[in-house]
Amino acid sequence: MGALGINFSYVISAGLFIFGLKMLSSPATARKGNLLSALGMLIAIVATLLATGLDYRWILLGIVIGTAIGLFAAYKVEMTSMPEMVALFNGFGGISSLLLAWSEYHQQGEISSFLAGVTFLSAFIGGVTFTGSMVAFGKLSGKVPQKAVVFSGQHLINGAILLSALIAAALFCVFPGSWLGYVFFIIIVLVALGFGVTSTIPIGGADMPVVISLLNSYSGLAACAAGFVISNNILIVAGALVGASGIILTNIMCKAMNRSLANVLFSGFGTKTASSGAEDGPQGEVRPATAEDVYYILEAADSVAIVPGYGLAVAQAQHVVRELGDLLEANDTEVMYAIHPVAGRMPGHMNVLLAEANVPYDQLVEMDDINPRMDSVDVCVVIGANDVVNPAAAEDENSPIYGMPIIETFRAKTVIVLKRSLNPGFAGIQNALFFRENTRMYFGDAKVAIQALIAEFKEAK
Amino acid sequence: MEAVYLTFVFVLAIFLGFELISKVPSTLHTPLMSGSNAISGITLIGALASLKMENPGFATVLGTLAVIFATINVVGGYAVTNRMLEMFKKKDQGEGK
Repeated sequence: MGALGINFSYVISAGLFIFGLKMLSSPATARKGNLLSALGMLIAIVATLLATGLDYRWILLGIVIGTAIGLFAAYKVEMTSMPEMVALFNGFGGISSLLLAWSEYHQQGEISSFLAGVTFLSAFIGGVTFTGSMVAFGKLSGKVPQKAVVFSGQHLINGAILLSALIAAALFCVFPGSWLGYVFFIIIVLVALGFGVTSTIPIGGADMPVVISLLNSYSGLAACAAGFVISNNILIVAGALVGASGIILTNIMCKAMNRSLANVLFSGFGTKTASSGAEDGPQGEVRPATAEDVYYILEAADSVAIVPGYGLAVAQAQHVVRELGDLLEANDTEVMYAIHPVAGRMPGHMNVLLAEANVPYDQLVEMDDINPRMDSVDVCVVIGANDVVNPAAAEDENSPIYGMPIIETFRAKTVIVLKRSLNPGFAGIQNALFFRENTRMYFGDAKVAIQALIAEFKEAK
Repeated sequence: MEAVYLTFVFVLAIFLGFELISKVPSTLHTPLMSGSNAISGITLIGALASLKMENPGFATVLGTLAVIFATINVVGGYAVTNRMLEMFKKKDQGEGK
């Protein structure tokens, strides 16, 4: 196929990507949209392979290995581990942009300043995406401590790294053709890989939704820059779509935490407040409840809102929660699942877990839809969530999380908080909700505790 | 001139992306992320095209590695997104599997 035919196929692919993303606007059409998008990718790949002069041995080898690993990972992964999976794939996208830029530079040598500039961007963003995603993967899967790692002078070091990258880039753009240019290119790659690590380690576990969204955006922008390197429109269009998507998600996550992106990236939130916050937070008497007490409360309720958090994922409790929801529905109770945008470790994490447990998506309610009718909810069951239901965010102006939008469970008639212990959440702030008049604490591992409740329900029948 | 033309495409695509993505409901944010992640594996196209017969050696090593990583990204991303989206069901669609 000639270059014209190949480029026309790319136009079709771009159209399919756009249609695919458009169909993601409803759960009913989303699956078809994803398949359309995959079809677009397939068309682009086949068209590219029809060009003349390609070395098919290496292509075949690469595609076979990549497909085997990709399929294995995609079908093996647990739904609770989805955040680390996405982080890993993000990283692979980043490194392939870096390698592509390198390979093109290696083949061309003498290039214009513009090409050198975009080669730098592709290699740099790709490299940062790769190591940043690997750190995020390590933190999410627990291989690296989840805590934010901060040390004095950290911002200075990161600033110095970034500055050296820019200097190396400027020099690289001036003499890309000589051996000196090649040295600078290698320096850029190394600095990028280092910067990915040093810029991600200061970010704590619960801020991961922001980081993953941001890395998602980077992987798109890296592909975009690679598109500039090889003057290929399909890379630019697809990369820009992903870049935009990541930026929007990052923005949504930051808003849901009432923090700026700069604050998330640089503050090491949760390290400073953790030591002092727990003592001077609200104190008082908690009212513990047994499985039997909780059963009576739920049995008498007309409407129940379940508020899941990361604890649900850790305890793998999504299936038992669904079972409890079914029992409640059989008892003529209205059941809904109220989901905070940053619950879990990535955007939409809770929705996927509940969908896995066969909870129909029309029962999943967003924060902005549940809050106005919270006063009429009989019982809120908070499972493994903490900061996203802390009334201090709405009431206590001195609280570090003041102003963060929360699910206003405290306005429900009764709140049942299912929790392992009274430990403060990620933000290191004691939760005033636990000491409220209308709150009952039901201590225990989420899964075991809900199983006990289910047993109570079954016994009563 | 070509740089201007490519930038033109880039800017339009960014705006289109903002329009499209802002309509995705939060329920679907995880599949959106893994699906768009698969799209970012589009680098595969560039990696495939870079593996030409006439330049063997180090460039081939880099190109092959790029093909491997990008393929993982594309295949894994689409497969896992499909697996997730399969699970999203409406109430009357029954229990399924």
